[in-house]
Amino acid sequence: MESFDYSPYLREQKFPLIWCAGCGHGIVMKAILRAIDRVGWDRDDMVMVSGIGCSSRMPGYVDFNTLHTTHGRAIPFATGVKMANPDLHVIVITGDGDATAIGGNHYIHAARRNIDLTVVLLNNSIYGMTGGQVSPTTPKGKRASTAPFGNFEASFNISGLAEAAGASFVARGTAYGAVQLSKYIEKALLKKGLAVVEAISPCPTVFGRRNAMRSPVEMYEDIHENSVSVKKAGTMTADDLEDKIITGVLTDIEKPEYTTEYKKLIATLGGSS
Amino acid sequence: MPVTKRDDRVRVMTGNEACAEAALAAGLKFFAGYPITPSSEIAEELSTKLPASGGKFIQMEDEISAMGAIIGASLAGAKSMTATSGPGFSLKQENIGYACITEVPCVIVNVMRGGPSTGLPTMPAQSDVMQARWGTHGDHPIIVLCPQSVAETIDLTVRAFSLTEKFRIPVILLMDETVGHISEKIRLPKYSELEIYERHKPTVPPEEYLPYRHTDNDIPEMATFGSGYRFHVTGLCHDETGFPTNNPVEIEKQMLRLNRKLERYRDEIIEVETAGDEDAEIGVFAYGSTARSAKRAMLMAQEKGIKTCFLRPRTMWPFPDLEVRAMGEKVRSIIVPEMNLGQIAHEVEWAVAGQAEVIKVNKISGEPISPPEILAAIEKAVK
Repeated sequence: MESFDYSPYLREQKFPLIWCAGCGHGIVMKAILRAIDRVGWDRDDMVMVSGIGCSSRMPGYVDFNTLHTTHGRAIPFATGVKMANPDLHVIVITGDGDATAIGGNHYIHAARRNIDLTVVLLNNSIYGMTGGQVSPTTPKGKRASTAPFGNFEASFNISGLAEAAGASFVARGTAYGAVQLSKYIEKALLKKGLAVVEAISPCPTVFGRRNAMRSPVEMYEDIHENSVSVKKAGTMTADDLEDKIITGVLTDIEKPEYTTEYKKLIATLGGSS
Repeated sequence: MPVTKRDDRVRVMTGNEACAEAALAAGLKFFAGYPITPSSEIAEELSTKLPASGGKFIQMEDEISAMGAIIGASLAGAKSMTATSGPGFSLKQENIGYACITEVPCVIVNVMRGGPSTGLPTMPAQSDVMQARWGTHGDHPIIVLCPQSVAETIDLTVRAFSLTEKFRIPVILLMDETVGHISEKIRLPKYSELEIYERHKPTVPPEEYLPYRHTDNDIPEMATFGSGYRFHVTGLCHDETGFPTNNPVEIEKQMLRLNRKLERYRDEIIEVETAGDEDAEIGVFAYGSTARSAKRAMLMAQEKGIKTCFLRPRTMWPFPDLEVRAMGEKVRSIIVPEMNLGQIAHEVEWAVAGQAEVIKVNKISGEPISPPEILAAIEKAVK
């Protein structure tokens, strides 16, 4: 990878990061910053909104307009920001618990509305900040502090959820495949509509150590071994795909975007914003 | 027949319609809501009128998201409002606390109904007096205004926007079902003559901007997202820079400043209406639609020769303690009628500190309190 100067985008005085050694969230943050740099947007026009959890601490470290909200509610706050000023580029940073448990309703409705937000969902399959409780994406059979006998709930396909709910762009990448991940994020940023990038990010500290993957390297290797491109997945059976991480652009369609449609309504009514 | 000039500012409207009308006059640019009786007409009105005036309306997926959306919109520079009722007001509480600690201006309308839970969706109550003050967790400032009529809903809605923008404290417009749904003839104010306060924005260069600066007036300047001032907003305790802190000195400084705004500006925030006899022996303290029955009861008592006075908070919180205390020093008894089991009566008792007897008149059946019921309490108290 070519060298990249992250410092213009970072609030380095806020370092060290809250994230543990081996956590994938820093890799995802860097993938986001490279994507923003390629798109070339001005930092003054960027708003990063997050909820609560490990991933949601990201806005504190990046030099944009940043908004760290309540648990699960990043998308509603971001919806207000975007509607009040549609010229702003709004990125939502959220996690699996934040976006698909407590904030699940907002996640599907933003997709239904197709409002122009880029949602980067860092999926580490666990509630990390609170000490490793089971989440909606914890795979069946894996252990968590509140699933001491192994999780027996089915886990969410959260990209599939966004696709089904109407998002115009959905992609899945991993902290292992950071270059590809950054490309998906770039596409998501440029998409006029609700764009979701699910970023699989390992949590060695509270997920790995309860699930026989104590070292970060093991966790990254596990992600790598289980990743299957969307193209290859098309040739595999459902049984073969069980427990696999399907990566790539899963949905990319054109459809009316919410704030654009609202602007048209205002024009029709003769209002001026 | 003499030709009279038609007054084009005269209208017949409900309190809910008046609230929507006045919010637009005050400069409302963003409304997010969720359907709930008895407040839905506010959203319905604004769904038509906001886009027609260049503003934005959105019906969110729930009450929680509506509260979050108005905070986001306010940070992006739009005067913002939501409207709800009891159960929805409960759901909004966490994000109301967020607006308190981050000092984001916004107006929350709560058209009260009976509770707890689903309670009495279509009947009047004043059940959220304490929830309006202490519904969200933690020590926080909040301003609560309480209109008694359609005309006053116009005044207090405009005032709600001015207070929230000026002090960076969320303002709750605490209406009740009667005020929300009653139709009354009113005369609209001349909107160009309204006193409307806009938020104070920073003038320093962006690199010098401290979003939670300890200013002389305790109210930090508020930049807008996208205006070149890149700053951080968090619901965590933060220092002057807006970033989270665990430093006890910084935490205390910010929290004290946050809460001090209420005490410091209490005289500007608190408004009461007083009426009746200077040498009264009985006082009546009432608010919202109940105050109209109470005032009538006072007049009926006066006709019977009972010296009576009346005090009505237009501002419910911060509580007008000094004004109530002054009444307590004068009268023998204070009658407090309210459509709950005595939520504000305890506050009145605290304010008068034993100088007058506090007599509660309560009703939680979904029916308004009538003037004769209050009169009966007055007559009993003088015996």
